[in-house]
Amino acid sequence: MAEKKKINLSRVPMLKQKAEVRKGNFYQVALGYTEEQAMEEAHRCLQCKKPLCKAGCPVGVDIPEFIKALQDTDMPEAVKILKRKNSLPGICGRVCPQETQCELKCVLAKKEAPIAIGRLERYVADWEQTHLESIEKQNKRVEAKGKKVAIVGSGPAGLTCAAVLIQRGFNVTILEALHTAGGVLIYGIPEFRLPKEIVQNEIDYVKSLGVEIQLDHVIGKIATVDELLENNYDAVFLAPGAGAPMFLNIPGENLSNVYSANEFLTRINLMKAYLFPEYDTPISIGRKVAVIGGGNVAMDASRCALRLGAEEVYIIYRRSKLEMPARAEERENAEEEGIIFKYLTNPTRFFGDEQGKVTTMECIEMKLGEPDDSGRRRPITKPGTEFSIDVDVVIIALGNKPNPIIPSSTKGLELTRRGTIKTDELTGRTSKDRVWCGGDMATGAATVISAMGAGKRAANDIDTFFQK
Amino acid sequence: MYQLVAKENLAPNFSILKIEAPEVARKVQPGQFAIIRTDEKGERIPLTITDWDINEGTVTVIFLDVGRTTHKLTQLQAGDSLINFVGPLGMPTEINNFGRVVCAGGCYGIGSILPEVRALKEKGNEVIAIIEARHKSLLYWQNRLEQFSDRVIVTTGDGSYGYKGWAPDQIKEMLEGGVKLDRVFAHGCTFMMMLCSEATKPFGVKTIVSLNPIMVDGTGMCGACRVSINGETKFACVDGPNFDGHEVDWDLLMHRQHSYLDEEKESL
Ligand SMILES: Cc1cc2nc3c(=O)[nH]c(=O)nc-3n(C[C@H](O)[C@H](O)[C@H](O)COP(=O)(O)OP(=O)(O)OC[C@H]3O[C@@H](n4cnc5c(N)ncnc54)[C@H](O)[C@@H]3O)c2cc1C
Ligand SMILES: Cc1cc2nc3c(=O)[nH]c(=O)nc-3n(C[C@H](O)[C@H](O)[C@H](O)COP(=O)(O)OP(=O)(O)OC[C@H]3O[C@@H](n4cnc5c(N)ncnc54)[C@H](O)[C@@H]3O)c2cc1C
Ligand code: SF4
Ligand code: SF4
Ligand code: FES
Repeated sequence: MAEKKKINLSRVPMLKQKAEVRKGNFYQVALGYTEEQAMEEAHRCLQCKKPLCKAGCPVGVDIPEFIKALQDTDMPEAVKILKRKNSLPGICGRVCPQETQCELKCVLAKKEAPIAIGRLERYVADWEQTHLESIEKQNKRVEAKGKKVAIVGSGPAGLTCAAVLIQRGFNVTILEALHTAGGVLIYGIPEFRLPKEIVQNEIDYVKSLGVEIQLDHVIGKIATVDELLENNYDAVFLAPGAGAPMFLNIPGENLSNVYSANEFLTRINLMKAYLFPEYDTPISIGRKVAVIGGGNVAMDASRCALRLGAEEVYIIYRRSKLEMPARAEERENAEEEGIIFKYLTNPTRFFGDEQGKVTTMECIEMKLGEPDDSGRRRPITKPGTEFSIDVDVVIIALGNKPNPIIPSSTKGLELTRRGTIKTDELTGRTSKDRVWCGGDMATGAATVISAMGAGKRAANDIDTFFQK
Repeated sequence: MYQLVAKENLAPNFSILKIEAPEVARKVQPGQFAIIRTDEKGERIPLTITDWDINEGTVTVIFLDVGRTTHKLTQLQAGDSLINFVGPLGMPTEINNFGRVVCAGGCYGIGSILPEVRALKEKGNEVIAIIEARHKSLLYWQNRLEQFSDRVIVTTGDGSYGYKGWAPDQIKEMLEGGVKLDRVFAHGCTFMMMLCSEATKPFGVKTIVSLNPIMVDGTGMCGACRVSINGETKFACVDGPNFDGHEVDWDLLMHRQHSYLDEEKESL
């Protein structure tokens, strides 16, 4: 029998731009693996007979198989295997919370050295972008089914569903409210984490398959879901995300220069306000910026503010570091860049000047009590600990809830208590005939990969539905 | 791309654009607006849809040249195109048979109140349109409004035409003179809508105003358009833009509208 291979526990680190440099630019923070690094990391994989990693991936990427192809330096094969389950690997490799998904389950995680699955995925996807020609076109021409599907929203759920359906012979049109396709991938997640070019490539790919994308179409306004079904389409897949920002509902929250993270990020990512006045959309930055919240959105907003020239940027979070929902990697990046974290702190009110611009934020200290429904310890205020921070700009990053436009304009669509559309998890079916749903609108704010998974499951079910 | 079918100057700094947008024309109702963008570097700005023609597949907007984007719009000619035109957005105005109504318009509101005037008249209301301008040269569409209303009252700030004064003064005079009004609608600059609401408040006449806060997406995604109505935060783009003027926090609205004053000056 062959000698048992020694397990290598040193995860190959990925190069990053230095913190002092990157906080002044919007280029990618993490630079990706070189070929040597990717090979070294791939060779650490034990090729487990029962790969636990796979169970951690919401779409079941064939992880050991694609890593095997990498070990064999068969790049086209690696791309093929990866894309079998994940049509947007370049995006997922960058933004998936791997530490709570695939990498958490990897056997080597117990030794604190899981295989860097996300980084390898990114490496393979980036290789494909520069070697597109060498890959045989996977999409065989299929017979047209003569069925038309409307997809509402062009985020990861919508794009994935569209790509699957068109390859099964459906006629597919995506209807998108904004003037650019991509959903949160375009207007929310900043360039330094996810270059817009990568998202644009994926959109172009979906278009190249024959999917039509109609921008400037707010469904519920220009046409209702019922009208889509009556007039043009055999089925509708709803993927409008969960785009409505939540606020604190405390005094002074509507002062000028108090933004939702959505507005702040949209002005920057979608409208290119950082290039004002070359671009027409303005943004206020100021010297001192406070971001309220502890998720990925808060990290993104704070790091954008820093890159736009703010001198002091605070993250104000009401629980402790341990409960913080942001990815550990992004929190560390933010810390390195000099974002100041104020844990166990909650704003109580904002004060402004005579022009109605915010100037001061009053906060109160918190402590942690018993665990709540989410299993995290509930923050409680410590009376008498109020203090003030001077601020020029405040960004509220508390998360998003479902946008009401579609639910309120569609007849016979059952909703959940949280305002999401009631959806069968396995099939994506809603309570309404010929209407499917998936992504954040079905689950509440979640992840890119879960939205993609939902898009794919719905596409499969739509296909099955019309085979009858 | 959305083609401009026609473009005209209505009065100094006021232009009217007719845009090819057949799907929007089919759906739009009084009180709704559109968001437009002129070019790849342009800002998204909201404009009320002032008229539409289903057969022609066109919609019309009227705007005042106030800044960067409206200035770009002023330069455009028939045959040119807009890169984006999204609509219809917002909730339609509630149109019913109220009885006797006043529709007050100032600035771009002289034009943008037309759909309400027409729909209210069709519903059987007695419709009195009151329009205002600083000087007679800034008036337009008096004839059009006369076509669809029972009476048009014209006011000018300097008295160069019609009554000397402003639309809110006329409303106040009517109410004080014992004229019973069942509802008032106001479109125009924020200050004018506020004064109209103040004029009707002592008489308890419900007054619907079309608010114009800064917007970005117009779909409820960003919250830039937050307004405070009866102490509650609303998003003007999805909950409005029409609200009860007696419940609006006007100071907040005006402050938020001026959030980028310094930046805008810099950009011009
Ligand atoms: C700032 C930020 C950072 C994030 N970071 C991460 C991360 O690092 N990793 C991760 O996994 N997840 C992250 N997420 C979450 C992730 O982006 C979402 O879970 C995912 O994008 C949801 O996909 P979706 O397709 O359901 O919807 P979305 O991406 O929200 O797309 C919905 C699309 O539908 C359009 N739309 C909405 N209403 C209508 C309508 N009525 N008519 C037509 N079109 C409509 C919208 O304009 C939008 O383009 C982040 C989210 C944000 C906001
Ligand atoms: C629902 C709605 C309907 C409207 N309808 C009309 C209309 O029919 N005709 C018309 O002329 N105007 C209308 N407006 C106002 C119009 O949107 C602004 O005049 C326009 O955005 C100014 O853009 P700008 O780039 O030319 O000027 P800027 O240089 O950006 O600003 C000039 C001034 O306009 C205000 N302003 C700036 N951006 C906005 C914005 N996005 N929304 C509102 N005000 C802003 C500011 O107070 C600023 O001081 C409407 C606004 C709303 C919200
Ligand atoms: S898609 Fe995400 S969770 Fe799945 S293997 Fe790739 S990085 Fe891991
Ligand atoms: S669990 Fe880890 S080591 Fe095993 S196959 Fe998966 S990635 Fe490789
Ligand atoms: S304009 Fe963005 S929510 Fe109203």
